[in-house]
Amino acid sequence: MNDFPQTADVVIIGGGVVGTSIAYELTKRGLTDVVILEKSYISSGSTGRCGAGVRQQWGLEMNCRLAKGSVDIFENLTEELDYDIEFRQGGYLVLAHNEAQIAQFEKNIELQNSLGIPSRFVDHDEAREICPPINCDAFLRATYCPTDGHANPFKTNFAYARAAQRGGAKIFRYTTALAIEKDENGVKAVVTDKGKISTKFVVNASGPWSKEVAELAGIDIPTYPERHQCLATEPLDRLFDTMVISFQIGIYLQQVPHGSFVMGIGEREEPNHNINSTWQWLEFFTGELLKILPILKDLRVVRQWGGSYNRTPDAAPILGESAKVKGFYNAVGFSGHGFMIAPMTAVCIAEQIIGNTPPVNISPLSEERFGKGELVVEPSVVG
Amino acid sequence: MKEKMIIICRCEDLKLDEIRAAIADGYTDFEELKRFLRCGMGPCGGRTCLPLIRRELASYLGVAVEDIPMPTTRPPQQVTTFSAISIGSTEE
Repeated sequence: MNDFPQTADVVIIGGGVVGTSIAYELTKRGLTDVVILEKSYISSGSTGRCGAGVRQQWGLEMNCRLAKGSVDIFENLTEELDYDIEFRQGGYLVLAHNEAQIAQFEKNIELQNSLGIPSRFVDHDEAREICPPINCDAFLRATYCPTDGHANPFKTNFAYARAAQRGGAKIFRYTTALAIEKDENGVKAVVTDKGKISTKFVVNASGPWSKEVAELAGIDIPTYPERHQCLATEPLDRLFDTMVISFQIGIYLQQVPHGSFVMGIGEREEPNHNINSTWQWLEFFTGELLKILPILKDLRVVRQWGGSYNRTPDAAPILGESAKVKGFYNAVGFSGHGFMIAPMTAVCIAEQIIGNTPPVNISPLSEERFGKGELVVEPSVVG
Repeated sequence: MKEKMIIICRCEDLKLDEIRAAIADGYTDFEELKRFLRCGMGPCGGRTCLPLIRRELASYLGVAVEDIPMPTTRPPQQVTTFSAISIGSTEE
């Protein structure tokens, strides 16, 4: 290919929402010679199979900060990127099923409120106002944050990709990174199936394939892909605006702007790249759904699919420059919540690359934490 | 004018002009088109629109229809209510 670049300031491996948002934030900061390598189509990995929720109700300060910062960005992203990303703030209703969960949620809410996230406890009556058909026998209390909500992951991905391209970034689809060349000064080049690009910065934004891509640079990270399944229903007139989730059951469901419900439930799975759908999952999911929202029994399932979480041992992402290879940055291991924190993550990674201090301190999320035993365990992960 | 009258995707009510505009706008992979326009995401699962859109993509890209990759086929084969799934799973 004649137009395949021989050099770039930054090479990003992965054309999902994480890679394209980092590319956009770099071009916005004047670093325009950016190349994205995508081994398939745009949104072919986790972003293209995402459950579309945007939540700030986290139990770790860092996750709250990344999520709140991302919501602040999401609120204006349609205008900023000139592309309707279907951001809606219908809230998140988080069900608590026992006293231990209520105690945890009390801590979470105190933390969230201290960071400007307007979450609160709601009783059965208020839960029914927020979600009229919910079965209150299924939970004790709930927490609710009205500024949580939904964005369309595919459109957000396309929006970032196009904005990055307008800023000068080049995207090569169906192009695979095969090797990363380095020396004692750090990263030197990325070898692809279309040619070699010399660069001083490489960003690993490869989602489910993050471990394989890190290995190209000789770096061992403890991430692994884990299948998660979702479904979508026929569209209905609007029944309720909120997302409903339960960490105990592992379920989440939300009526998206199209009118269909997008729903999922997590199961522990063997680490591998299998993302096929199963009928066993559909049966399991249906049983759990009808306990919470029996009114949906006559709703029709239209489509079922699977995708990968990119998991870490503590369910927190690995962010920032590698301590082992200078110029190699990870933005991986999001463990099922990469889409919702992508906007702020992208700002942080872009600021680091250009040599500034990121607005959220992401240093505890370095890959070194696993070797030191300094895990940052997030108590509020769904699935 | 005629392109506005030709329905390609009945489930999501997409006309030929919308499909062609999206392809010309750079969504040149069926999987990307699907995520942009929802073609193939409705009750028929792409049975109607997929062959038509593959032909459009092939003609735009100047390749053979069989060179346009097929998207993943999604279950269920027919739209199914949760109660039918629930009854089915308790009748084993």
